[in-house]
Amino acid sequence: MSCFLCNSSLGKKLVMSVTGCCLVLFLLFHMSMNLVALISPEGYNAICAFLGANWYAVVATVGLAAFVVLHFVYALILTINNYRARGTQRYAVTANEPGVEWASKNMLVLGVIVVLGLGLHLVHFWSKMMLVELMGQHQNALGLDPTNGAVLVAYTFSKWYNVVLYIVWLAALWLHLNHGVWSMFQTVGWANDTWYPRLKCAAKVVSTLIILGFMAVVVAFFVCSLCGACPAAGCAGCGACH
Amino acid sequence: MNFTLKIWRQKDAKSKGAFETYEVKNISADTSFLEMLDILNNDLVHAGKEPVAFDHDCREGICGMCSLHIDGHAHGPAQAVTTCQMYMRKFKDGATITIEPWRSAAFPVIKDLVVNRGAYDEILQAGGFVSVRTNSVPDGNAIPIPKADADESMDAAACVGCGACAATCKNGSAMLFVAARVSSLAKLPQGRVEGARRAKAMVAKMDELGFGNCTNTGACQAECPKQISIAHIARLNREFLAAKLQD
Repeated sequence: MSCFLCNSSLGKKLVMSVTGCCLVLFLLFHMSMNLVALISPEGYNAICAFLGANWYAVVATVGLAAFVVLHFVYALILTINNYRARGTQRYAVTANEPGVEWASKNMLVLGVIVVLGLGLHLVHFWSKMMLVELMGQHQNALGLDPTNGAVLVAYTFSKWYNVVLYIVWLAALWLHLNHGVWSMFQTVGWANDTWYPRLKCAAKVVSTLIILGFMAVVVAFFVCSLCGACPAAGCAGCGACH
Repeated sequence: MNFTLKIWRQKDAKSKGAFETYEVKNISADTSFLEMLDILNNDLVHAGKEPVAFDHDCREGICGMCSLHIDGHAHGPAQAVTTCQMYMRKFKDGATITIEPWRSAAFPVIKDLVVNRGAYDEILQAGGFVSVRTNSVPDGNAIPIPKADADESMDAAACVGCGACAATCKNGSAMLFVAARVSSLAKLPQGRVEGARRAKAMVAKMDELGFGNCTNTGACQAECPKQISIAHIARLNREFLAAKLQD
């Protein structure tokens, strides 16, 4: 049982599919949680407190990290296998096959962009919130309260370069999910010619919803930081962004 | 019609190959691609040169023997036909056509445009069969089979095993071929008996021979001369995972 997940091509792909599915579900949760920041900073901070250095949040974070590592390491192993299987001699002329999406052929490149973005994101938020709490400190590197997530969000997205980086990151994630979401059904065998159009449509809808949700928070806080006095929902009015 | 051909020439499996350029003139638009190569070879023989080696057999699009990667497409730019069924009218007069052998680690070049596709035979031997007792002929209608199942089995059985799927796949994956073989038998009651064993054995052999992993790009079904759908790959995944979970 445990063997075929390591040494069979279809077993390895099952690992990609299941870990990918868990990460998509997490993204849906994370996106919904972020939207609260637009409605109420207090509500957002309540969620941050709930997901702070509590044992269940730490366990969930470790589990999530394990899924990311598994997904990424398996992707590397599979890609190396694929590269070898292609052979040393390559085609001199290649053409695009009709109906083949660009993203489906560039999942590793997109995945690497997503992982790099994830690293930046962890530095921006996790290292200034949960990590600070775990280390028993009451102030993060920016001199802010680690439990006040809303202020940290406002601060991070007041910087235009962060906004640009996050938009690039989310665009790569959108392309990655466009292929990944329907692909995970194909890998476990839950697909056929009737369901391909439906699954691909669902993948577009899910990936677009996730990305729009994240993007809304980034853009709203950036716009909010421009006008200063803007009393838009979500602005804690702390002035940390100035 | 006149064409410039850039053809991969390679003396044998061990030699290093290279492209060579040839001119063919006064080709009728109704000449098939392989007939055009025959004309080229005729000229080469008359000129005392070595003819271009390429695979061919039935020239009716049903044997799966012809191959060739033409202008970046397996079996050329025409859809749903093998190379032998593609005609020169598909190309513009005066065009330069690049002809390469299948490129895949599991399909080594033997000579020029001929590759060894024995790996597909090995996968078939691993499980692409049904075991039946030799006896008197059974009643053809003894086991009723729904029309839809028979049709789907037949669609999968249309695979001629030409190797275009693995040759096209950026991962060098043979999944479409293996899936077509597993699927055509899995949809029939006679094939169900050995279903679990077959899926496991054929996938294990495919992995062993060094084919790559499917990443669901769908390039194989786009280039398949028999238009085999990747829905059969989904069925293979289902068959394999169900078989493994029962172990």
